[in-house]
Amino acid sequence: MESSVVDAGRDTPVEWTDDLTRVPYRVFQDQDVYAAEQTKLFQGPYWSYLCLEAEVAGPGDYCSTFVGETPVIVARDRDGELYGFENRCAHRGALLALENRGNTKDFTCVYHAWSYNLQGDLTGVAFKDGIKGKGGMPDSFCMEEHGPRKMRIAVLHGLVFGSFSDDVPDIEDYLGDEITSRIARVLGGRTPEIIGRFTQVLPNNWKLYVENVKDSYHASILHLFFTTFELNRLSQRGGIIVDESGGHHVSYSAIDRDAEKDVAYADQNIRSESAYKLADPTLLEGFSEVGDDTTLQILSVFPGFVLQQIQNSVAVRQILPTGVERTRLNWTYLGFEEDTPEQREIRLKQSNLVGPAGYISMEDGCVGGFVQRGIAGAASQSAVLEMGGSLAESSESRVTEASVRGFWKAYRTAMNRQEEA
Amino acid sequence: MSMNDFQRIGRVQADYSRCIDEGPLERWPDFFVENCMYRITTAQNYSEGLPAGLVWANTRRMLVDRVSALREANIYERHTYRHILGQPLVLDENGDGIHAETSFLVVRVMRDGESDIFTSGRYVDRYVEVDGQLKIAERVVVCDSTNIDTLLALPL
Repeated sequence: MESSVVDAGRDTPVEWTDDLTRVPYRVFQDQDVYAAEQTKLFQGPYWSYLCLEAEVAGPGDYCSTFVGETPVIVARDRDGELYGFENRCAHRGALLALENRGNTKDFTCVYHAWSYNLQGDLTGVAFKDGIKGKGGMPDSFCMEEHGPRKMRIAVLHGLVFGSFSDDVPDIEDYLGDEITSRIARVLGGRTPEIIGRFTQVLPNNWKLYVENVKDSYHASILHLFFTTFELNRLSQRGGIIVDESGGHHVSYSAIDRDAEKDVAYADQNIRSESAYKLADPTLLEGFSEVGDDTTLQILSVFPGFVLQQIQNSVAVRQILPTGVERTRLNWTYLGFEEDTPEQREIRLKQSNLVGPAGYISMEDGCVGGFVQRGIAGAASQSAVLEMGGSLAESSESRVTEASVRGFWKAYRTAMNRQEEA
Repeated sequence: MSMNDFQRIGRVQADYSRCIDEGPLERWPDFFVENCMYRITTAQNYSEGLPAGLVWANTRRMLVDRVSALREANIYERHTYRHILGQPLVLDENGDGIHAETSFLVVRVMRDGESDIFTSGRYVDRYVEVDGQLKIAERVVVCDSTNIDTLLALPL
């Protein structure tokens, strides 16, 4: 069958190159691609970040959030365990929880008062037996056969993940040792306290934000705050870690106490010699976050989770697609119960670095939109990802797009996965 | 003509919002005392007592740095604000200054002409008198919505 000129390219599968160096712009524009991601990826054998364990600490505590676009509830039952299930009544599909967080004995749908326990089991149907022998559900209706779909839940160092798939590996195997140990580095053995929550609505496809998080090449080019105010205090050493699947990464930098002051920037056509100084340089007077020399660690978990330590600003970010060209980015800023008052104040000061108004992150809020607008009309064209070669491997240089290629490696695996028969 | 607190605060507010909307932004820190507290947050954080801010400053110099960063370092698409302010409500006047709240609505106008309600909320303020002038000792910008579209560059 011939397709018309207008439809050309629309119904055909996305065409990828053999290697990881090209990304067809269509994947950021296509409603069909977006719909396929919801089933293959977000409901596939992958772990999605849901909330912090601290947010569901006690019996009856719950959070409502999303896996991709699917609304879900995480609740702690009186047995002390966490349960995850769709935030959807099994009757006609209405939301069960209407608040982001709370404490409850059970969930009752407001529409027809079907009720569910904290494990997501249907426990009550209003007027099930009718009134005065009239009406009611048929005898054949079995409550055990109805309920919102349940998720597997995994907790790792206070982070709660969920998956609709029974095939997803255990969270430690999913992440691998290197990524797991880097999460432990920031969160292990400490009690996080939430010090603020902010939501940033991004005018772009969710994958453009994920690419940005994984893109260690842009950091010192797009974000000029440190360079302008000459705040790169010592030579830095660093690198990136890309896990076997490609989907998870860590980008880090640490104080290089042996090296001379790095002069690489002077050779580039990038602003560096600057007359500008901070009027209040106490902004960056921090402390060693966990007793080592690492001043920055950005860690991502496929498909849409970020754990960040930027100096003493620690936060988690949840990336939620809300449309082909719209993304919700939920920031949760963290302190720790163990903080001294002075350390807590440093965290508050350094919250200026990150978030929707962050000195070194506000650009990330708009640059995805610049791409989304830039590629309008270029569905047949592709992005180029050749910095640092064509592989998706760990590297001692951060001037590479290896972890961005890693994301596409994992993404292509997910999207090519055959549905189980 | 002597003005009462209500009129004096109203006048400072009008001057403040004109400074952000029309410039020069370099004047913005001058509305604050040296050891001021300025924070932009959401109503939800504010009611839960969560202390972090989108912008968080406990010195006037940190506000100066905000302006220089916006001018010299940060990259964002050119835009302007229009602040529409409600009447200030003077809540209390005691030893540590005048406590007042004022509603605001901020329209953000992008360079391509898109004009949207960017945020609404209230200023929770404490004013003190310095050399016969009212200065802001503390301003918590409490945005009603949890959401920030794209980014927040210019101050509120």
